[in-house]
Amino acid sequence: MLAAVINFPGSNREQDAIMALERAMGRKPQVIWHGDSALPKTDLIVLPGGFSYGDYLRTGAMAAHSPIMREVVDRAKKGVRVLGICNGFQILCETQLLPGILLRNSKLKFVCRRVKLRVENAESDFTRLYKQGQEIDVIVAHGDGNYFASDDTLNHLEDNRQIAFRYCDNPNGAARDIAGIFNNGRTVLGLMPHLEDAVEPMHGSTDGAALFDSIVRALQ
Amino acid sequence: MKIRVNVMLKEGVLDPQGKAIGHALATLGFKGIDDVRAGKVIELDIAETSPDKAKEVAKKMAEKLLANLVIEDYSVSVL
Repeated sequence: MLAAVINFPGSNREQDAIMALERAMGRKPQVIWHGDSALPKTDLIVLPGGFSYGDYLRTGAMAAHSPIMREVVDRAKKGVRVLGICNGFQILCETQLLPGILLRNSKLKFVCRRVKLRVENAESDFTRLYKQGQEIDVIVAHGDGNYFASDDTLNHLEDNRQIAFRYCDNPNGAARDIAGIFNNGRTVLGLMPHLEDAVEPMHGSTDGAALFDSIVRALQ
Repeated sequence: MKIRVNVMLKEGVLDPQGKAIGHALATLGFKGIDDVRAGKVIELDIAETSPDKAKEVAKKMAEKLLANLVIEDYSVSVL
């Protein structure tokens, strides 16, 4: 299995994503610079957290139009698995690989703390090693995590079981407590919490490890 | 030609920044503030002599990048 982490100017959690992938895969993923227009062969693309392009204009908006993202969108449409974490989720929304958008947190404060999530759909390549309804301990660290979409879109997400994770105690005002969603085919996952920072005992929780183990097992 | 693109959150989309500005204004003693909405102004200087064409280009820019139509409306004016 091959994985690639895309590095944008302003990404700052790419090392965390690389380490979480390495732990699950047994080898390092490739790291691709945003200015590259060619993406090597890969089974999984990870867009890491951070503040790409300083969050100028809207979070993720500039990165969504960087040369490498055209290639990422193409691959995603061909079924290559894509995982966007935090800023990566914001980028996926701006490219419209995922519906909706992440707004400023409702209380305007950057939130950095532990949260509990509920696994809403354990039937996907990303979540199979979780139990349906399982509650997991992870962290969030973001200023713009307030998921927003039209009521029609939200209803469609619910009906089509595209909600992957919900907050048990909503930290940012996200619509319907949404912390992470899949695309229609459940081949693309975007989520705000940093599950890559809950994979080793020293992180204080290892509840994020199953996400990386799930996707690695699915693609091997 | 100079073009101005105004980007505003759509009606009904919560604008916490506008709310915070409203609170701050009230704290400063300004009375009777019903609502405050904050948006963005983007000024472009583009190599185009026809105002209609320039507006057309700016609209495309707004729809592709400057505004996110899920939450924002935009308007284009020639300066």
